[in-house]
Amino acid sequence: MSATGTEYLNEVAASDYEWGFVTDVESDTVPKGLSEDVIRLISSKKSEPRWLLDWRLKAYAHFEKILAERGFPTWAHLDYPEVDFQNISYYSAPNSKPKYESLDEVDPKLLETFERLGIPVTEQKMLAGVAVDIVMDSVSVATTFKDELAKKGVIFCSFGEAVEKHPDLVRKYMGSVVPHTDNLYAALNSAVFTDGSFAYIPKGVRCPMELSTYFRINAAGTGQFERTLIIAEEDAYVSYLEGCTAPRRDENQLHAAVVEIVAHKGAEVKYSTVQNWYPGDAQGKGGVFNFVTKRGICEGDDSKISWTQLETGSAVTWKYPSVILKGDRSVGEFYSVAFTKGKQQADTGTKMIHLGQDTSSTIISKGISAGNSQNSYRGLVKINPKASGARNFSQCDSMLLGDRCGAHTFPYLEIGHPTAKVEHEATTSKVGEDQIFYCQQRGISEVDAIKLIVNGFCKEILSKLPMEFAVEAQKLLAIELEGSVG
Amino acid sequence: MLEITNLHASIEDDGTEILKGINLSVAAGEVHAIMGPNGSGKSTLASVLAGRGGYDITQGSVSFQGEDLLDMDPDVRAREGLFLAFQYPVELPGVNMATFLRHAVNSIREHRGQDELSAVDFLKLMKEKAAFVNLDPSLRSRAVNEGFSGGEKKRNEIFQLAMLEPKLAVLDETDSGLDIDALRVVSDGVNQLRAADRSFVVITHYQRLLEYIVPDHVHVLMGGRIVKSGGAELAHKLEEHGYDWIKDEAVVA
Ligand SMILES: Nc1ncnc2c1ncn2[C@@H]1O[C@H](COP(=O)(O)OP(=O)(O)OP(=O)(O)O)[C@@H](O)[C@H]1O
Ligand SMILES: [Mg+2]
Repeated sequence: MSATGTEYLNEVAASDYEWGFVTDVESDTVPKGLSEDVIRLISSKKSEPRWLLDWRLKAYAHFEKILAERGFPTWAHLDYPEVDFQNISYYSAPNSKPKYESLDEVDPKLLETFERLGIPVTEQKMLAGVAVDIVMDSVSVATTFKDELAKKGVIFCSFGEAVEKHPDLVRKYMGSVVPHTDNLYAALNSAVFTDGSFAYIPKGVRCPMELSTYFRINAAGTGQFERTLIIAEEDAYVSYLEGCTAPRRDENQLHAAVVEIVAHKGAEVKYSTVQNWYPGDAQGKGGVFNFVTKRGICEGDDSKISWTQLETGSAVTWKYPSVILKGDRSVGEFYSVAFTKGKQQADTGTKMIHLGQDTSSTIISKGISAGNSQNSYRGLVKINPKASGARNFSQCDSMLLGDRCGAHTFPYLEIGHPTAKVEHEATTSKVGEDQIFYCQQRGISEVDAIKLIVNGFCKEILSKLPMEFAVEAQKLLAIELEGSVG
Repeated sequence: MLEITNLHASIEDDGTEILKGINLSVAAGEVHAIMGPNGSGKSTLASVLAGRGGYDITQGSVSFQGEDLLDMDPDVRAREGLFLAFQYPVELPGVNMATFLRHAVNSIREHRGQDELSAVDFLKLMKEKAAFVNLDPSLRSRAVNEGFSGGEKKRNEIFQLAMLEPKLAVLDETDSGLDIDALRVVSDGVNQLRAADRSFVVITHYQRLLEYIVPDHVHVLMGGRIVKSGGAELAHKLEEHGYDWIKDEAVVA
């Protein structure tokens, strides 16, 4: 590669994070530290019912136990300092006001923040027809389009509100897909989660608009621990979008979220993420530790859950959106683009657990690594001994930009039934010199050539995102690639 | 138009010299054919002219429209009007033909101080030029060369040539892999693009192509040197007698 190409890749690797500003809003933050008392305090600040406090405390006990017995999970291809759980504040709300009835009541500075993030909260943008729930630090600050959704019987609100108004649903489903015993970070989240989003689509309803949540860490020294719960009743359909950013800070911030999806008979849930947490600077200082447990269960026959993600942010990503294919003929999908640069590390992939008859899953993962980053795909396809006629197709492609980064693929297969049909394809390519030269020979600059080639590489996935989001995602990827080239 | 003087080039990795003193002068409006046995250095010459990495130029110079070609980056050479139809066109998975060519056309236009083409004008241009080489319309909406047949790739090169309207086009074995009809279509296309201010260097193994695209000069490249030059009749003689007689002649001389 020519000098300019190398230079460009270095710049890509070092390029700036555009979302790193801090909003100056007053916040109510509890002191750092983790204990039963802190959990009681969070619970009381949120005026929670007793059963939820008990649930939290049970999770906390488990968290302490596995931290003592097993410590941190070490199996991922990641290298980061152990998190000091006592040095984090577990609750921060951007204002003393607990919630807002309408957007007019929201602190204009907050709206400005989301404006700067390009998030459609203003009226004009709301005409675009996306219902938005915004979670700043730990608290949901705004949910739009509630009334319109309510007419169809769709519930879309903050997790806190769901606890208050729909406790039966929350009690029934919370922890049913990701139990607090699942892993260290799931246990932590269950103990200290502060808010998140809740969506319920009743039987036979096709949700009339995309539901979306934007997460933003703002306050310093805080972690973000949100929970999302999505329930699609029989033959319901919903497309759910999640976006996230954080300010630039020198210390690492912990994000440990849990997302649970339940799809009943014939239901379909499409979950899309654009993850753009602050990745840290070029030297690897600061950045978000993104330790997330996302899982859906295809509970009923003929149900379908589909995960699509564009991962560009975070210093460390540890994330495996998974599907349990319990219903017969149920379908699970995982489509992912993970872009790492600088000193970012990503270990991401999926688990497809086939339990029902004639279930099928598809995994397409595209990893792009630049700079000194490490990008791993880790995926498990498990076919239960009773799951006859299961099918899986997996394809994992990695692309390297430069020679100081790494791409790794860790596919695991557990096949318990002889009728299973499983296909796995994996490729690793460097952005080819000959491809760049071909573009240049047509007058295209080396930098534009790299952009074209990378975009071509991810296109299959980006085109799976809902229209509006796809445009955003493409822009984000272009900015990430463009870096400070000018 | 193009003036190559005593050009020596070797492979960067191991220093093997491939081009051992090439001299060639192409005037505006001329068509030159280069023939020669496999491995003699024809594609290397084309690559070095277009600026592909991996070669060291150890001696000599190349001037293109009066400027030092070897001093330019490959994309600048292209914008200055040098076009290479690749012997093995490269696939760009997922990169849409229209997106690719729009980047190409607009960067060349910008270089020439022209405005960007609007999306509508661009699509019109694409349609017109595709008809010119009979490029299957479905290929225009696919990714660049991805899954194209050998012949389709070659035709796509000439389509791009027509789109970009270069000053000097180097065609590296564009005829290999084309069926008889395609050969005629592609040659017709090239002939229509012949102009007083546009030159061609046509690399080929076959006299047949030169029946359609009649060259002003024919050169034989062997062992990294041009060992014989002549008019169109030289190609006939090569077709009949092969290269051995030239080797013998070269030894005698
Ligand atoms: N990058 C390279 N690395 C190693 N060898 C090379 C490289 N480029 C060219 N060569 C060698 O240089 C010689 C000339 O190759 P070139 O492709 O120019 O031949 P050609 O005349 O185009 O042949 P053909 O008619 O088969 O297309 C060959 O021996 C080839 O193997
Ligand atoms: Mg050749």
